[in-house]
Amino acid sequence: MSTTTLPPGERTQPKSAPPPKISDRSRSERRLGWLLAGPAFAVMLLVTAYPIAQATYESLFDFRLTDPENRSFTGLSNYWVILTDQLWWRSIGVTVFITVVTVAVELVLGFALAMVMSKALAAIRPVVRAAILIPYAVITVVSAFAWQFAFDINSGFVNPWFAWLPGVSETTDWFGDTWTSLFVICIAEIWKTTPFISLLLLAGLAQVPEVLQEAAKVDGATWWQRMRKVTIPNMKAAIMVALLFRTLDAFRVFDSIFVMTGGANGTESVSFLAYRQTIARLEIGLGSAVSVLLFLVVVLIAFVFIKGFKVDLSQQRGDQ
Amino acid sequence: MSRREKIWWVVGGVVIVVYALFPIAWIVSLSLKAPADLNNGQFLPTGLSWENYSLILTGGASDLFLPALRNSFGICLIATAISCLLAMFAAYAIARLDFPGKKLILSTALAVAIFPVISIVTPLFNLWRQIGLYDTWPGLIIPYLSLTLPISIWTMSAFFREIPWEMEQAAQVDGATTWQAFRKVIVPLAAPGVFTTAIIAFFIAWNDFLYGISLTSTSAARPVPAALGLFSGASQFVEPTGAIAAAAVIVTIPVVVLVLIFQRRIVAGLTNGAVKG
Repeated sequence: MSTTTLPPGERTQPKSAPPPKISDRSRSERRLGWLLAGPAFAVMLLVTAYPIAQATYESLFDFRLTDPENRSFTGLSNYWVILTDQLWWRSIGVTVFITVVTVAVELVLGFALAMVMSKALAAIRPVVRAAILIPYAVITVVSAFAWQFAFDINSGFVNPWFAWLPGVSETTDWFGDTWTSLFVICIAEIWKTTPFISLLLLAGLAQVPEVLQEAAKVDGATWWQRMRKVTIPNMKAAIMVALLFRTLDAFRVFDSIFVMTGGANGTESVSFLAYRQTIARLEIGLGSAVSVLLFLVVVLIAFVFIKGFKVDLSQQRGDQ
Repeated sequence: MSRREKIWWVVGGVVIVVYALFPIAWIVSLSLKAPADLNNGQFLPTGLSWENYSLILTGGASDLFLPALRNSFGICLIATAISCLLAMFAAYAIARLDFPGKKLILSTALAVAIFPVISIVTPLFNLWRQIGLYDTWPGLIIPYLSLTLPISIWTMSAFFREIPWEMEQAAQVDGATTWQAFRKVIVPLAAPGVFTTAIIAFFIAWNDFLYGISLTSTSAARPVPAALGLFSGASQFVEPTGAIAAAAVIVTIPVVVLVLIFQRRIVAGLTNGAVKG
């Protein structure tokens, strides 16, 4: 798992000391660099910057696909309609709830999984690691169906198995109510994405110097003290990166909601609201405005993480 | 580690394996249930039945499922190939050359990776209808690049940074031509990284649901997750539960096999240098 990078000082990559004048060689290197990386850069901009610009433009119009003749410029009124509508705030509430619950549980659970993986005996480590990757590789829609069928009032085994719990009986309809639906949605999301967090945390765990652990042990620190004072501070970077990625990922939640409730019973997330406005109701103007607002919220979250919590992404090379 | 501690960690490992496999086992069991068994509220079927599989592979649901399977494979493979090719050049430049803008490219990749998909779907939905890309393969391949390209650039640059590039010169000193040095030294060193990146990018494209369901309307381009999501809507059969379970198993098994074969590399690719202290 640990990567075998040399410390930066010992890298053998070409490294130009800041020259007073740009030499021919470094100029041609610059040109080659952009020549090679340019196409990828251009494609990335094309598939994101262009659509969001288009969405921003369309969000300023009152425009229904079913009624294209009456397209009219209305300025920011779509935003006003959305921001004063209870549906928007409700979907924000649902999205924030799912994000906070899943990310919090995943962080704790992912940490526990990472601990087990790091301590697991060499003989069983490959098995554990392969197993942990399976939820990551399963399609979100499939995972959503698996959990939905498990809790389903007809086909599920959850009701008969857990009928002894207070509040659960043979006839509990998990998808008939907001909170129970959200509970199942959260379980499906947690099952599917905890492995990703635990792998990032495992990589962070490997960075904690063993000497510090030993020293703390010799000094008589308890397990909990070592965890709080040595392990966690030393892997703060890994924790923050995992948090940032999962938070932004969770904020886009759509698939599980579509499969399990179809947005019924007040389980609509922001992505789902935008989807319903655009694709189902063909309200291009309103849907675009919701999309733009969601985009702004995501940018805000990323900004808070990077500036507020000082997550230094320039040193991180991981990705989801 | 004491004996007791060891036992606890083994127990922990077993718990993880059960955690990971339990829902998979459930969906497999569900897919093997006969219609009469589906609602018996039990985890295991009372007897094995292949009825659900024949329904989606040769029976009434096959015209929904089989084209979707073909679309998913084709679209995801092409999107993966394009993004790996583009990322290969970009990652080479990032790992080996010194030029201003490296950081810009990596941050852009990061920004694209966290971009909410629905914000891309909304404008494309309208645009694709106007220019005739709605419900076509290119109409999905293009937006899929927004999913696969950023991760390909990050993962591959991380892999390429680990390559001892000076071996290329060493080979040339030993008398190899530039082409030979590239082919015999660099390609074998870079291939695992490219391959791992391709697997991860493919996973991400394969997993997509939102683009698939928004930008297609028929089996001309609809990928598997979108088709699965609509199984219940298009109620051709009374209870789609068994059919969905069987289809889910078919699309899950190849991916699980891939994971089991290449797990070491995939873990390295996902976390490669993710947390450099």
